[in-house]
Amino acid sequence: MMGAVVSLDALLDERRVWKGRPQVQPVAAQPTGHALLDAALPIGGWPPAALTEILIPANGSGELRLLWPTLARLADSGERIVLVAPPYVPYPQAWQSAGVDVRQLSVINANDTDALWAVEQCLRSGSCGAVLCWPSKVDDRALRRLQVAAETGETLAFACRGQQAAANPSPAALRIAIDVRPSQLRVLKCRGGLAPSSPIPFTTDA
Amino acid sequence: MLWACVLLPQLALDGVMRRRAEPDRPLALISGTAQRRVLQTVNATARELGLRPGQSLTSAHAMTREFDTVEYDPKQTEHWHRLLAAWAYRFSSQVSLKYPRVLLMEVESSFGLFGPWPVFEARLRQELTAMGFSHRIVVAPNPLAARMLANAHDGLAVTCNDSLLQRLEQMPVNRLGLSQEVSTALGRMGLQCLRQVLALPRDTLARRFPAHVLQHLDTLIGRRPMALECYVPPDHFETRIELNFDVESHQALLFPLKRMIADLALFLGGRDSGVQRFVIHLEHVPSVGSTAPDTLINVGLLSAEREANMLFELARGRLEQVVVPSPVRALKLQAKDLPAFVPSHRELFDERPQQSMPWEQLRERLRARLGDEAVSGLSFHADHRPECAWQPTALSKPASGFNPVLRPGWLLRKPEPLAEPGLRVLAGPERIESGWWDGGDVRRDYYLIETRSGQRGWAYRSVGGDSGLLLHGWFA
Repeated sequence: MMGAVVSLDALLDERRVWKGRPQVQPVAAQPTGHALLDAALPIGGWPPAALTEILIPANGSGELRLLWPTLARLADSGERIVLVAPPYVPYPQAWQSAGVDVRQLSVINANDTDALWAVEQCLRSGSCGAVLCWPSKVDDRALRRLQVAAETGETLAFACRGQQAAANPSPAALRIAIDVRPSQLRVLKCRGGLAPSSPIPFTTDA
Repeated sequence: MLWACVLLPQLALDGVMRRRAEPDRPLALISGTAQRRVLQTVNATARELGLRPGQSLTSAHAMTREFDTVEYDPKQTEHWHRLLAAWAYRFSSQVSLKYPRVLLMEVESSFGLFGPWPVFEARLRQELTAMGFSHRIVVAPNPLAARMLANAHDGLAVTCNDSLLQRLEQMPVNRLGLSQEVSTALGRMGLQCLRQVLALPRDTLARRFPAHVLQHLDTLIGRRPMALECYVPPDHFETRIELNFDVESHQALLFPLKRMIADLALFLGGRDSGVQRFVIHLEHVPSVGSTAPDTLINVGLLSAEREANMLFELARGRLEQVVVPSPVRALKLQAKDLPAFVPSHRELFDERPQQSMPWEQLRERLRARLGDEAVSGLSFHADHRPECAWQPTALSKPASGFNPVLRPGWLLRKPEPLAEPGLRVLAGPERIESGWWDGGDVRRDYYLIETRSGQRGWAYRSVGGDSGLLLHGWFA
């Protein structure tokens, strides 16, 4: 019996026991503007200087309601917001009602391949507060490039993609799926902690 | 006043060499008639092969064929001379092109800005070397003395008239810029250096030589002022490079383009202006019986810029979009629109240290690749018709006067028929009726609808029409 007793220190030294270490929390988290979502995310907001994926069943399923509070806050502090190849025209009246100063908004029209290039340029330059894109056919490598570019330029990057992409792995720091019925948010992956298992209610009244 | 003389001993050769991608290849500039071609100048590697200026091309070819030849073009040399004057204009407001291959510039008044002479001189030398021009620099209290001392010295700085006289007295008579017959006559009289000439009584010199000899000597030692015509920079910039081979790929055009844009930036720096619009002409090889028109590449910027790397980056973006229809023989760059340059406002403490490229520069880069119309702002236009309520231009004043009615965040560019079963109308109708005065008459009833999957849309039906609902936006 005594022979089976192994010193804990020895086990740790052999590195055979995995030890959970407290992660260093990034200080400048960007609040999402949705209290329930902020509470559920381990760093209390969008991961700064990283790519966030928003997975939606179809364009126009609540992605704007999710992002508007953040965009409004960034625009107020004078940051530029770039929409690269948006699927539709942003209706200025609605954006203004949501509190986003449309003067800080820039729209870039480009085809699929040029759009990725433009997103990367915008992220790398570091002169934008947030860059939104709608990559349709995009592979793992392209997303990783965007993630690296977002880190380099310390810029918030948002990619809106279809929900069928949820099955594929992604280098994004945060992945959120929006469900329309019932209206809720599901965090699929978040860097720096476990993803909350239960969905977060997402109120329809904007 | 102190005058600096920058002597460019091989201006023609340097001008050709700096446009070549391989400067180490042997090169000779040739001139003369078709019957007797003569080497005008040769570079260092050609000199190692045994080539000498003044040789005939035939005898040079008898020794070796391993060298390139370029036609000597006095016009090109003149062009370089003027370009360097534009460069020198950055350092001094009085630049003169009186002598060939020489820049005379007044420097004492610029010391306050560029530091004492040794620092200033180091900067001039460094920039000239970077541009690829060999040079000799001498400073003297008057322009003529500076020019003549540069014949024998490099790096000499004479700052007062007494030491100037000492230096000049040692100069040989034949290097003082006197005409050939005068210096020969002086030599035959046994006068070898200036000290001996100045020791002679003035009236005997006046009797033996024409009046301009004494005048020249007086100007040289600073007893007589000298009037110089100052260089005035032109109001536009134009440069041309003739390629001595036909080029069909973009890659091969990039090197000459980079040099041309570097020259443009140099010129702009001297004028303290920026460039807003420039044109690159690709001159094609004329085909038999017809002249091929030049391909024009317009590079337009939203604000005046003058940074060489950025201008090159933009021009390159435009050039790569162009399909070159036939081989290119020459490149020309024209810039007519040169507004004053206003440096962009930068914060002393940038919040983000990595902010490497300001938005204006990023916008130019995007426009260069994606097209002029690709980047737009968004502004609100007071119109009830949704398709007229937005404009792709950025306004400077804040949007105001909109009424808090429910509008979708996304607007479809063209309304689409909504042929889906299970639609639910949540609100409406809201009548929008407008535009009868400008031909875009609109009478519609808008409804807030919900699809079966739960998405909320904004759809309308024309008043009086019997058609189905047309989707016009999404409440995202």
